[in-house]
Amino acid sequence: MGAMKLIRPLIITVGLILAWQAIVSLTEVPFFILPSPMLVAMAMIEHADKLFEDGLVTLGEILGGLLLGIILGTASALVMGLFRPARQWLMPVMVVSQAIPVFALAPILVLWIGYGIGSKIAMATLIIYFPVTAALFDGLRRTNPGYLDLARTMDASRWAVLRRIRIPAAMPSFASGVRVATAVSPIGAIVGEWVGASHGLGALMLHSSGRTQIDLMFAALLVLAVMAVLLYFSVDRLLRRLLAWSPDSLPSND
Amino acid sequence: MTATDPIQSDISIHIGRLTFDGTTLFNGLNFDLPAGKWTCLMGVSGVGKSTLLRLVAGLMPEETAMTIKSSESGLEGQIAYMAQDDLLLPWLTVFENVVLGARLRGDEFMPGRALHLLEQLDLLGSAYELPATLSGGMRQRAALARTLMEDRPVVLMDEPFSALDTITRVRLQEFAAEMLRGRTVLLVTHDPLEAFRLADRIHVMSGRPAVLFEPIEPTGKSPRDMRDPDLLAGQAELLERLARSKTVA
Repeated sequence: MGAMKLIRPLIITVGLILAWQAIVSLTEVPFFILPSPMLVAMAMIEHADKLFEDGLVTLGEILGGLLLGIILGTASALVMGLFRPARQWLMPVMVVSQAIPVFALAPILVLWIGYGIGSKIAMATLIIYFPVTAALFDGLRRTNPGYLDLARTMDASRWAVLRRIRIPAAMPSFASGVRVATAVSPIGAIVGEWVGASHGLGALMLHSSGRTQIDLMFAALLVLAVMAVLLYFSVDRLLRRLLAWSPDSLPSND
Repeated sequence: MTATDPIQSDISIHIGRLTFDGTTLFNGLNFDLPAGKWTCLMGVSGVGKSTLLRLVAGLMPEETAMTIKSSESGLEGQIAYMAQDDLLLPWLTVFENVVLGARLRGDEFMPGRALHLLEQLDLLGSAYELPATLSGGMRQRAALARTLMEDRPVVLMDEPFSALDTITRVRLQEFAAEMLRGRTVLLVTHDPLEAFRLADRIHVMSGRPAVLFEPIEPTGKSPRDMRDPDLLAGQAELLERLARSKTVA
């Protein structure tokens, strides 16, 4: 039922909040370890504009990183897919770049780019660049050879094959990469903020923790969580619509 | 090149030496594709029928030694190809798939012609559906429409109907026989009944390196009636030849 789709997450959310409250009440944990839902809700209302402002900053960083990472990743994958030398030179670079824990680069980025949102966008971009590139490149490589055979007998040019067959065929794989990127981009933004920022939800969490405003800290965390979840579901929904032809989205027949 | 003036001369093919994975698949093989007729290639799995077809289709790497003689220079742009997999692009509608060739080449095409072909193949109602909503038989009919849309004089088919159930297969054979009439067809199949129903000349391929047995040439107009006793006798003879051929895989 359509209604069930909305009701179920609602029930889950309410359930989680109740469980949260239960833990606080039963264990009598101090508020500076785990504040009750009530305290957090009050903090949300009290600091609503700060949360909103910082929320927008972080959202901007996440989306900026997502956009830039996807553009760079797409370009890299296309170049590698088209030119063998590019593949041979870029692939090892990319593999090495993944081996380095990206978080370790955060202080360097803040040092080079500064305290502003630039370094956070750079961070998010770095984190998602490889998954996106790898996903698209993989998709381009795995084109059904039958399609390529058919195109060859039809005297198609290399560009036509790329444009009309290889790229569309790679879209489901690319979509997986974009989903991963959407899930992971917030991490880049927040880690960037933790390292050095005055604005954003991650910075807010850190600063409020330092001032023992744990209720505000949790409030910021909740806003972040909701934002990330909403972002993921929106992107997922959009991808499903764009890829309506993809096998897992269509009912089986026969 | 249109169907109204197909290649008038026979196509004569000579394959030199072709090795694969250490074994010699072919070592000097000759056969002809008579103009405007159906030639069928049969043999046990692994003997090299599909490889041979792919060679003729130009799908093998350039270094393979093969010469093709026809009145035209080679078979460039003369071939339409149909495989066991319908190869319909899943993100395109049936109609878009039928006109794929023209789209890939950047040519003009006549939508009316594509729709007419779909109508002849009973697919007009599904013209704007995605292939995933079609049954196997419908999809292969769409592939046949695409093949016909290409309007090439030579048609190469690699077991195009073998993945279908018997009744659908029989129906498709009839469609193909009617609609590809007058073109030079090379059909690879493992079904002796299909071979005998459709082909004007049947080669059985055997051994490694592969050789062709003396061809069988069924008489009468295709698609031949399944109740025809000659058909059944021919099928039996084919089966016997196939059984006699050496296993290679």
